[in-house]
Amino acid sequence: MTMREYMLGNVAIARGLLEGGVQVIAGYPGTPSSEIIDTLAAREDRDYHIEWSVNEKVAMEVAVGAAWTGVRSVVTMKHVGLNVAADPFMTLAYAGTKGGLIVIAADDPSCHSSQNEQDTRRYAQFALVPCFDPSTPQEAKDMLPYAFEFSEKFEVPVIFRPTTRISHGKSDIELGEIPVEKAAPNFEKLLDRWVMLPKNARLRHTHVLSIQQPIEDALAESPWNSLELKPDAKFGVIGAGIASVYAKEALVELGLEVSYLKIGAYPVPRKLILELLETVDAVLVFEELEPIVEEQVKMIAQEAGIEVSVLGKTNGFVPREGELNVSAFLETLMKTFDLEIETEPSDMALELASRPPALCAGCSHRATFYSMKKVFGNDAIYPSDIGCYTLGIQNGTVETTLCMGSSISVASGLYHAGEKRPICCSIGDSTFFHSGMNSLLNAIVNKANITVTILDNRITAMTGHQPNPGVGYTATGEPTVQVSLEELCKAMGAGFVSVVDPYRLEETQEAFKAAKEFEGVAVVIARQPCVISGKRAGIRRVPYVVDPEKCEGCKQCVKFGCPAIEFNEENKCAVITALCSGCGVCAQICKFEAIQEVKK
Amino acid sequence: MSQAERKSFDLLITGVGGQGAILASDIIGKAAVTAGLPIRAAETHGMAQRGGSVVNHIRVGKDYGSMIPKKGADLLLALEPMEAIRYLDFLKDGGIIIVNTHPIIPVTVTAGLTKYPEVSDILDVLSEKYIVKAFNADELAFEAGNRLAMNVVMVGAVSGYLPISKETLLDSVKALVPQKTIEINLRAFEAGRQKVEES
Repeated sequence: MTMREYMLGNVAIARGLLEGGVQVIAGYPGTPSSEIIDTLAAREDRDYHIEWSVNEKVAMEVAVGAAWTGVRSVVTMKHVGLNVAADPFMTLAYAGTKGGLIVIAADDPSCHSSQNEQDTRRYAQFALVPCFDPSTPQEAKDMLPYAFEFSEKFEVPVIFRPTTRISHGKSDIELGEIPVEKAAPNFEKLLDRWVMLPKNARLRHTHVLSIQQPIEDALAESPWNSLELKPDAKFGVIGAGIASVYAKEALVELGLEVSYLKIGAYPVPRKLILELLETVDAVLVFEELEPIVEEQVKMIAQEAGIEVSVLGKTNGFVPREGELNVSAFLETLMKTFDLEIETEPSDMALELASRPPALCAGCSHRATFYSMKKVFGNDAIYPSDIGCYTLGIQNGTVETTLCMGSSISVASGLYHAGEKRPICCSIGDSTFFHSGMNSLLNAIVNKANITVTILDNRITAMTGHQPNPGVGYTATGEPTVQVSLEELCKAMGAGFVSVVDPYRLEETQEAFKAAKEFEGVAVVIARQPCVISGKRAGIRRVPYVVDPEKCEGCKQCVKFGCPAIEFNEENKCAVITALCSGCGVCAQICKFEAIQEVKK
Repeated sequence: MSQAERKSFDLLITGVGGQGAILASDIIGKAAVTAGLPIRAAETHGMAQRGGSVVNHIRVGKDYGSMIPKKGADLLLALEPMEAIRYLDFLKDGGIIIVNTHPIIPVTVTAGLTKYPEVSDILDVLSEKYIVKAFNADELAFEAGNRLAMNVVMVGAVSGYLPISKETLLDSVKALVPQKTIEINLRAFEAGRQKVEES
């Protein structure tokens, strides 16, 4: 009997890796990829090495080293992580691999939780690396054992690219077997492969180019690319990855008789595309993000001298940005056949309040930002970074966010440009270990005059509470070295390092004042565990309550922006709700001593 | 009402991060697998979770993608009144809305930047084009033993419309809620189911 389970896409991906016999897993957290390692690290019967690495470049190199011994390895990251790992990745494409090596880079069309919506398939094309683009969580799971075998067969790394709707979709999943037998590691000293001296690199580039056609032919025969020709159809649809199921659902629903090519692995199957183009007058290409398939289809048609209209993103039939869905496909069809699109006027009589995500009640970042703003004022410049604290844009202390680790280097650049205003940047502990360290070293050595605030909440919170080098345990919960942020900053030459408890406003503001006065790079480490992970670890604090007798209705506590503080318009008093985690910061803000701990 | 003949069902669950929309969808998803039905779901994770607006798509008996097309949902289960309005585009004409009338005030309102509409106005707007079942699910959960069981009250409320038996759903509730809260959650489920049956 086959086993079926209800699973998150990323859990199905984790299962696919197990069914593929993975032996080494490394990655850096990033939405929507994080639950793959979370799932595998939490398993009790592990016969593999698994780690959260300090960043994606490092993670990829760990996976490469493992694969060069002949075992199967995987590296996981979000799409922008591949930018960090692009250096090893591009040359890895030349060197190739021995054991199966899968690079999982999860794309985020529509930027649900990302700073851009780049398309990882472009990297695959750029590096001449095959790419698997699953259309459902089930297919994602099934592709992975195949991808390992494919990687070994051609001795190349492969990209596996889920999108948010695959990774964070859920589905019933039919499970396969998990193999018991695995390869034994044996690093063969193949210097012409593993040492990318120019003379070796030139030969390897030629080699990689020479295997592109065999790779394409093999993928054209794979289950992931498939063509359904309808005998008399003059119209064809090509769907790629998850967009292919949106197109399919709409076509089945409408009962349209069109030829249909589904693409789930790249390089695109030229053979199947030609077969389709030869039978139709027009073809619609439906894919998320970049018009990669569309460009290829146009080139193939032109080379073969086939007269066919190719409709897609480059000529305005399919939206270029954002994620697609069934409705987007229907709208595309309407445009294609010049049909009226029903646009119902919005009859919304009500104005809705927006509900943006916000820092949690009791989040220490809010307290740190409060003190920072008090000391540095409205005139200062506040570069920031990537994490929960980016939500500090609501507190007026996040004025730049570019990429992981950029806060300190952007701050340096602002200073060296000649900005005379005070500059105070903020970066989380995990982001600091990821790549902020390099920026701090650079700022110190090149004599910037800035304040660097490390928001040390003792965890990688935004992505689901993964450990980082500051917490003293590994991905599997095993105790390990706990790296001291303050010692690290001092060792890199910081002349001012102060560690504060952001819940103590006076102490924190004193530290910020001293940091502001300091000539050079001053580091303030605001240390207080994340309220979510702290609660899980058993930290309990007494909640606070407003005494309506003493409350003057000045709203200073309300303006602090904690979700646990509301204002009662009837009696003109602040109210603290059940969300209160007992941080006590509002009690320090209140000038009338109206906020006190709940009496037991 | 008998739903035995209905094989597929598109359900949209909307609410606020932290209300337990994911557990509600998991209960239904797991039950669908037990019932031998294909199931697809899409969830809000990451940045959007921190007290923000969340929306889950649940497609029972569907083989394709996890996203419900616009005007495709058979039923909208709103864990919060304002969040019922935000995603109305997804509900088919004349569809059903089950809505918890207990509002959660966003920080944009507490900070005085914008106003929260009157709940009665929200219900009036919803009732213009849709069949509305409205009640305070937070209170029902409180009566069942814990306010946090509000999401299970709402699963109970929608249970009669799903192509899945009540017993299968209850088994799924038992399997997914914390062991020591099973009794409370079973009461919560019954309270929600009864509320909709009565109306």
